[in-house]
Amino acid sequence: MVSRVTDDYSAMMAAGCAAVCEPAFWAGFDRSSAHGFYDYFRQLTEHEPKRAAKFGLPHFCWLCLNPKEAEDLKLAAEVLAIIPEFLDRPTVLGIGEIGLNKNSRNEMKVLEQHVDLAVKHGQLMLVHTPHLEDKLKGTRLIVDLLKGNRNVKPERVIIDHVEEHTVKLVLDAGMWAGMTLYPESKCSPARAIDMVEMYGNERIWMNSACDWGVSDPLAVPKTALEMRRRGHSAETIDKLIYRNPAVFLGQCPKFKLPANAEI
Amino acid sequence: MTRREILDLYFMDARYKLIDLAAFMDRVERAEGGEDFRMQAFREALKELGKGNKERARSVLLAFSDPTTDPISKAGSKGATGAWPGKGE
Repeated sequence: MVSRVTDDYSAMMAAGCAAVCEPAFWAGFDRSSAHGFYDYFRQLTEHEPKRAAKFGLPHFCWLCLNPKEAEDLKLAAEVLAIIPEFLDRPTVLGIGEIGLNKNSRNEMKVLEQHVDLAVKHGQLMLVHTPHLEDKLKGTRLIVDLLKGNRNVKPERVIIDHVEEHTVKLVLDAGMWAGMTLYPESKCSPARAIDMVEMYGNERIWMNSACDWGVSDPLAVPKTALEMRRRGHSAETIDKLIYRNPAVFLGQCPKFKLPANAEI
Repeated sequence: MTRREILDLYFMDARYKLIDLAAFMDRVERAEGGEDFRMQAFREALKELGKGNKERARSVLLAFSDPTTDPISKAGSKGATGAWPGKGE
């Protein structure tokens, strides 16, 4: 995880994590050229797997130009042109996290180009939805765009960062829903469990935000503990935090877990 | 879980957060300055808590959300403010 220290990999392994899946995302600043992305994709596909492997943690990634840098159409075109070069690498799971940030026209164009790229190369898609006041509108735009493309198989798409006002929209569209857990400002463990209790545990998973802001790589295991406190069975917890992600990610033949990963 | 068990698990945390909200509103009103679209949205969202529906979290999120449907012409900034400023802002 490019934004995290090595101790985080160690802590995830100690907490029982079976694998880490890192999406391509914003660096906290805009990159000055496509060359910056080329180096970033090398970091995600070469360096980070080695760093995680030192602790026995399989590392996978997703590649794209993130929505925060999608306003520049020329840059986006250049970055999209180099992505295919990396798609056959052994730890690349698909295209992501694509999506929207401010719901602008250019963001929509670049999202559409990423979707076409994913379809053309038979890739899974991980889709970011905007945060806060932009989430509802952005999720609607994204779902409509994906549903409007007859070549998109909804079961091969996960829409991330769902909250109480967007989760049903995503599930009703036949796509997977990801709940990203944050220590503050966004979806908490308690609310994620609420959503599971209200909407069920099919085509839904949780992930730990591990970015440049306040975030916690152990948010998923901590939520598992909270589920236990709320009386959920070991089987239910295992489905949500292990088997569901394994089913979705297993659609990519490169996603393999160690034989001893099952808890 | 029973209602009693849920309360045992979460009441103290919710109480703490409710008092923190009250203190936040007092703090804003003690400070000098004019009205702000975020506080307007905040007060609208608060009304949702007093309604009898069982999807208050969803209703609060909707109260803060941009209700429009067309993409904006250009992304002027990357960050979000937490509340929709409304048309023209």
